[in-house]
Amino acid sequence: MELDPILIARLQFAFTITFHIIFPAFTIGLSAYIATLLVMWVGTGQDRYQRLARFWTRIFAVSFAMGVVSGIVLSYQFGTNWSRFSVFAGNIVGPLIGYEVLTAFFLEATFLGIMLFGWGRVPRWLQVLSSIMVAIGTIISAFWVLAANSWMHTPTGHEIVDGVAMPLDWWAIVFNPSFPYRLAHMLNASFLTAGFVVLAVGARYWLSDRHPEQARIMIKMAVVLLAILAPLQLLIGDQHGLNTLKHQPIKIAAIEAHWDSDKPVDFHIFAWPNEAAQTNDWALSIPNAGSLVLTHKLNGLIIGLKDVAPQNRPPIKTVFFAFRIMLAIGFFMIAAALIGAWLLWRGMLLDTRWYLRIVSHSWWTGFVAVVAGWVTTESGRQPWVVQGMLRTADATSPNAASMVLSTLILFVIVYAIVFAMGIYYINRLIERGPQGRAVEPPEQGSGRRPLSSAHDAGREALARGS
Amino acid sequence: MGEWDLPLIWAGIIGIAVALYVILDGFDLGVGILFPFSRDEKERDQMIGSIAPFWDGNETWLVLGGVGLWVAFPPAYAAIMSALYLPVIVMLLALVFRGVAFEFRTVAETSKRYWNFAFAAGSALAAICQGVILGALIQGINVKDGGFAGSAFDWATPFALMCGLGVLAGYALLGATWLVMKTDGEVATRAKRHAKMLVLAVLGFMALVSLWTPLAFERIATRWFSTPNIYYLWPVPLLTAATAFALWRWLETGREIPPFIAAIVLFLLGYAGLVISVFPYLVPPSLTIWDTAASAASQRFMLIGTLPLLPIILGYVVFVYWIFRGKVRHGEGYHH
Ligand code: HDD
Ligand code: HEM
Ligand code: HEM
Repeated sequence: MELDPILIARLQFAFTITFHIIFPAFTIGLSAYIATLLVMWVGTGQDRYQRLARFWTRIFAVSFAMGVVSGIVLSYQFGTNWSRFSVFAGNIVGPLIGYEVLTAFFLEATFLGIMLFGWGRVPRWLQVLSSIMVAIGTIISAFWVLAANSWMHTPTGHEIVDGVAMPLDWWAIVFNPSFPYRLAHMLNASFLTAGFVVLAVGARYWLSDRHPEQARIMIKMAVVLLAILAPLQLLIGDQHGLNTLKHQPIKIAAIEAHWDSDKPVDFHIFAWPNEAAQTNDWALSIPNAGSLVLTHKLNGLIIGLKDVAPQNRPPIKTVFFAFRIMLAIGFFMIAAALIGAWLLWRGMLLDTRWYLRIVSHSWWTGFVAVVAGWVTTESGRQPWVVQGMLRTADATSPNAASMVLSTLILFVIVYAIVFAMGIYYINRLIERGPQGRAVEPPEQGSGRRPLSSAHDAGREALARGS
Repeated sequence: MGEWDLPLIWAGIIGIAVALYVILDGFDLGVGILFPFSRDEKERDQMIGSIAPFWDGNETWLVLGGVGLWVAFPPAYAAIMSALYLPVIVMLLALVFRGVAFEFRTVAETSKRYWNFAFAAGSALAAICQGVILGALIQGINVKDGGFAGSAFDWATPFALMCGLGVLAGYALLGATWLVMKTDGEVATRAKRHAKMLVLAVLGFMALVSLWTPLAFERIATRWFSTPNIYYLWPVPLLTAATAFALWRWLETGREIPPFIAAIVLFLLGYAGLVISVFPYLVPPSLTIWDTAASAASQRFMLIGTLPLLPIILGYVVFVYWIFRGKVRHGEGYHH
């Protein structure tokens, strides 16, 4: 079989970036949670918040490390795998990623050191401030990288000179039409992802009668938060979709598997899009529901897939199913959050074991929805890498297929090991649970102690703990 | 701003980022390279403990170097990354292994020794790959019409390999002098012994490169030995020899901080030598920094932010090294 270098390069990129996004999806939300807990610790003076924050910090450290190393890989892959993209879009995407490095990565890395190793060494305010800075850093990072990515979907503010995109208006480039929606949707997705992990761990402890004090905090905080954020995600997603309809109508046609421009849009709960026959097999649909959502009219019309030549259509099955996976999880999250909030309101939350049992198994929902959402977005843009301007096939590096394949295999092996062990270790940390007593911060001003005496406190904590 | 000075400023900024990367990540990779010589878990915890709060920040300079190259010189980024595809990817994978090892080995129980190995091997492999990348750049990349036109293994020459070993030794030297400064007990004593051997090795590699490059590459010979260049370039090797000698003496006399500084100066001198050899080419032997510059609008947009942000970032660096100053004692280790 002839190896297609473009296909393999795409597979490699899709693999490495999907691996990467799993960790930001979690760490953006988790760092905000940890910062909140530490603020509550300072505000209430109750040590249980500090212990809980330190427990999640250990898990955060493992996830963050995996996010960092997989991110470094990505920043070089634009050159190694997409060198023609790098030249075409370098003047625009490059500075945005550059600002991400300058404003976010150094901030994160610096305060991460203190967040992880400052306990017993720096004053309390600095410890709390560091965790807040890390959380802010992850959000700034999302801001820039999503600006870059959104520009690739809805490019504005540039001109093409000699086949290269040149910036004209940086404001228009950063705040391109899809960016606000994508930023809001992704940040909210991260909070949901972390929220469901926290809820699941809390439920797991509560059901097995371990760490009840911490479990109660986790469950209640998560349920309240999720009851707000899960419905919000539906609203944001809906607006996002309307925006996409305006700028990338073919993507929406693929999401809905909608073939004919002259028919109203049905919402297919299930269908098997048949690209050869240009129709859907086994469709189970709600007639006109798609029109209602997208145009707010029962018989509203949108462009159909048949309006564009087959080679200009995205891979319909991928987009269609990925979207439905995300949507199904979204509705599950809304249901889980609202039921939880109702139980909490009735004062029955911690006694309703069937509910806790279900949520204790749903820690993975956010991750799957995030990946499914990105597959929808990115595959829906195909065959373009920069919508309407640069085709994916014209964006690659001149590398031999066999070489890209070998490195792809290397990536799969290395990431499989790292991922499997990472999950295993995170599980072990969760099994161990919150341990040790709260650490006393040094007296105000004595943050200047030499490393050794500060470590006495740490060593003591460790001896008490594990 | 004039037409040509933007690329020059950017070359300077990227040059600083790379130098900072080499020094900062150099010493923490170096600690990894020396890791196999430790004898027990306590010593290993002590070694890792001395770099744990810093490594992420150190590695971020690598991201800045790569992304900076992309921002300011997109065609150079594209050509270099395509030409050096394999060493770059292997380096990244090595950094993956060693980066996760920091956290994994604290949680691991029975599998701890595998992560110890991953940490050491990943550090060594990353160092070698970086040396190979450097060597490949010095020897030149085959470029046509502004894009890479060579084949996948052009970089694999004895010269590049020798550079790989040279960087390995150099990072180990930085790591050893770091340990002399930041640890005590057996770890520090052994590091002192290693540092002495490594000074000699590094000097050897520097001499080898200094002989090899002018012999093999005409353009480098012209740069160094033509008049008037030679009149003001001759102090470079002299300063190098003096620094190495001072480093050795300071180790002998039991000083703890000066050896690390001397090792840094040694690196900077080697770096200066390379810059002299290669400038103004970004992709030797054909593309200069002006040939590959991004649009002035992009370079300017990025510069506006970089000029105020770079000092702030340097402030972070000083801050975090200040917070975690002092020695990591035997028996203290890595925990949070
Ligand atoms: C929505 C958020 C988001 C998205 C879409 C991406 N990242 Fe990311 N990235 C983060 C959010 C993030 C983060 C939250 O800032 C991370 C993740 C966990 C972490 O350790 O920091 C991070 C880490 C991280 C690092 C390591 C930073 C360091 O040294 O500390 C690099 C180099 C990248 N990323 C690069 C990329 C590139 C080139 C991407 C796209 C192609 C990308 N990221 C997508
Ligand atoms: C972080 C979340 C992201 C995920 C999970 C993701 C996922 C994907 C996937 C699955 C593909 C392959 C699509 C296909 O080939 O059918 C792809 C393509 C691509 N994406 Fe993204 N993406 C993300 C963010 C980004 C960002 C932030 C950028 C740029 C700034 C980006 C740039 C690209 C490029 C250059 C391609 C190559 C074209 C291709 O392979 O088809 N992506 N992405
Ligand atoms: C509940 C109803 C939801 C709706 C209506 C919805 C809608 C959408 C739409 C239309 C897109 C494609 C945007 C584009 O055109 O590029 C999208 C993308 C995405 N979705 Fe959702 N979504 C929902 C739930 C969720 C949930 C629960 C998560 C994760 C926890 C999630 C995560 C994502 C992500 C990460 C993307 C890709 C990034 C982006 O383009 O924003 N979504 N969503």
